[in-house]
Amino acid sequence: MEKNKIRSDHPLDAMLRTDRIPHIWCPGCGIGTAFSACMVAMQASGINLDKTVMVSGIGCSGRGAGYTRLDSYHTTHGRAIPFASGMKLANPELNVVVFSGDGDLFAIGGNHFIHAARRNMDITVICVNNLIYGMTGGQAAATTPCLAKTTTTPLGNPDPPFSLPLLAFASGATYVARWTILHTRDLTKSIEEALNRRGFSFIEVLAPCPTGYGRKNKERSLDTLKIYQERTVIKNGAHPMDAVMDFGNSITLGKFVDHDRPTFSDNYDRTCRPHFA
Amino acid sequence: MKYWRVPLDSNDIAVSRGMVVIVEERCKGCGYCIAFCPRNVLELSPRYNVKGYHPPLVKKPDDCVNCHYCETICPDFAIYSLEIPGD
Amino acid sequence: MKPAVLTGEHFMTGDVACAEGALAAGCLFFGGYPITPATEIAEHMASRLPDVCGTFVQMEDEIAAMASILGASCAGVKSMTATSGPGFSLIMENLGLGICTETPCVVVNVQRAGPSTGLPTLGAQGDMMQARWGSHGHYEIIALAPASPQELFYTTITAFNLSETYRIPVLVMTDEVTGHLSERVVIPEAGAIKLRHRPAPKGRKDRFKAFQPGPNGVAPMAIAGDGYGIHVTGLTHDERGYPGMNVETQIEMMHRLTQKIRNNLDDIIRTESYRLEDAEIVIVSYGISARSSLAAVDEARAQGIKAGLFRLITVWPFPEQQIQKLAEKVRGFVTVEINLGQIHLEVQRCAGSRVPAVLVGHPGGAVITPEQIVDTLKTAF
Repeated sequence: MEKNKIRSDHPLDAMLRTDRIPHIWCPGCGIGTAFSACMVAMQASGINLDKTVMVSGIGCSGRGAGYTRLDSYHTTHGRAIPFASGMKLANPELNVVVFSGDGDLFAIGGNHFIHAARRNMDITVICVNNLIYGMTGGQAAATTPCLAKTTTTPLGNPDPPFSLPLLAFASGATYVARWTILHTRDLTKSIEEALNRRGFSFIEVLAPCPTGYGRKNKERSLDTLKIYQERTVIKNGAHPMDAVMDFGNSITLGKFVDHDRPTFSDNYDRTCRPHFA
Repeated sequence: MKYWRVPLDSNDIAVSRGMVVIVEERCKGCGYCIAFCPRNVLELSPRYNVKGYHPPLVKKPDDCVNCHYCETICPDFAIYSLEIPGD
Repeated sequence: MKPAVLTGEHFMTGDVACAEGALAAGCLFFGGYPITPATEIAEHMASRLPDVCGTFVQMEDEIAAMASILGASCAGVKSMTATSGPGFSLIMENLGLGICTETPCVVVNVQRAGPSTGLPTLGAQGDMMQARWGSHGHYEIIALAPASPQELFYTTITAFNLSETYRIPVLVMTDEVTGHLSERVVIPEAGAIKLRHRPAPKGRKDRFKAFQPGPNGVAPMAIAGDGYGIHVTGLTHDERGYPGMNVETQIEMMHRLTQKIRNNLDDIIRTESYRLEDAEIVIVSYGISARSSLAAVDEARAQGIKAGLFRLITVWPFPEQQIQKLAEKVRGFVTVEINLGQIHLEVQRCAGSRVPAVLVGHPGGAVITPEQIVDTLKTAF
């Protein structure tokens, strides 16, 4: 194993399949930073890592599961959440974390997302939102801003995007936050918080895709990070309805929702299995 | 960095010191650590790593305060900082 | 609260017998979605799983149902879903994931007439080739076809046993008629039911390779949370489970996935013979059509035709050696199935040019009668 020879004592090496590093993500891609925040949060959270599972779908972000030393499952396109739900229900001791992208979770997997949120399935969903289908070469996603250029919207995207925090909130998620990869501390803290709470937690992480999105829209990855630096406003507790995402003007970040309600298992135990309580 | 006021206890607070470690072979040259280091400790190296990218170079080692920001922003697990124990 | 195994004599539908078979096999998770004529399996599991501290979840569609049972199985629990035509089509995507990741589970298809929405309330056997080839790529699959509610009970247990032994999703290909048919079902004592479990890993956890085959070609299976730190992917992967985007890894993986089935045919293939000893014409059939065929054999014999029945309980992998052997000594084959010739293609292939093979088929919605079969026996040869 040639790659094994890289000498490193990086603090995250214990969490990584170092024999698979370097990862496939392009220079300037933000997925690695989001993934790194997730690993740091897992280490810091105090949860039992032997009982922690990462589930991914398909796409660039979906490759996340392949780089952690945890039990990890790289499933089919859009299906990470129902797969993760089955895992959690079969063994409630597991901490189940879904790490995937916007195309995977919100277009092909959109139906699964809203239903898992509705049921308040006790899982943590981290969505790296790079506004594009990266793996297939930069096609429009359900999150691509209106008028943005992609390979399938060469004249500009005629469609409006989803607001992911609003969708998560409306579907019943009990923890909703949005950060960017520039906000590493807030992001890590947020993931840690989500890991240590019960219920359906959703964290959107804005990340640049210099290859698929940046090139078409004349935005280098450092430009994207400058936008994150200059145009983001942190409004913890803001209503998801007010969580705007206008890259030319203002992007609202923060923890928008954090409340308790019974999880799927709580309700199932109470309604269907009271004799085992 | 400009401060609009100096904390009253600034003389009593020990500023931590750090040492930046770069895993050059892992670097893909995105430049995030250089652009966003709050103390401007890093700069782009003129050298190429094995993959043909310019890794960062520690330009002002004494200025590192071990904030770990480079470590957390790096998408490639290619940089981290270690605390230098105070005397 | 009732026990997992409802020992005793019952009068129940095939769908209910199927659900009871699953419970007797130790199934603790059912991810379902309503669809005629398989809904009763989900309904029965919804009421019975809480008895055994199992979980029933009604998912948002069959795609999710299939994904959920794979997840549950990876977390160490025997799991199942049940569906029919349109849902079976949706299941195909993650069926492939189950095959590629070698995840045991059971999928029941209570077949109805298609294509598309077809005849939701009327039976057919039109999904037999979809069962074989419905998910993309080339793979081996195990599919069983029970012929009565009693057999649905046992076949579902067998399906779980084979899925656990060979780490593969196993399909129970029944039909609307068998599913909705109420008959006597005898459920034995729990101790009399032999259950198999997926091979467990041994040795050092850090040296464990998640897809390294054991002696019978099947890799021991590590469960999520057991501390093995496994990676499981639907991408082409090596014995460690790591993706390998090259031809060599593909060849090696395909070899593992196919040989574990092909090298264990004796254990997997179950068939039944009726009056085959001196038969000149052999009826090949399965499921509800095999019951018509059984009556047809007796009727044909009464009319002087030496007919016999070769009934497939395992449809996939296809018992080709057995058919080829029969082809050496009989005058002809008749395939009886409620489609326009699916398993018939296999029978033709195995019969080769030695003997003729004819089809008694039906486009779906009705059971083939013994008279139709006897008519063909009389005229075709």
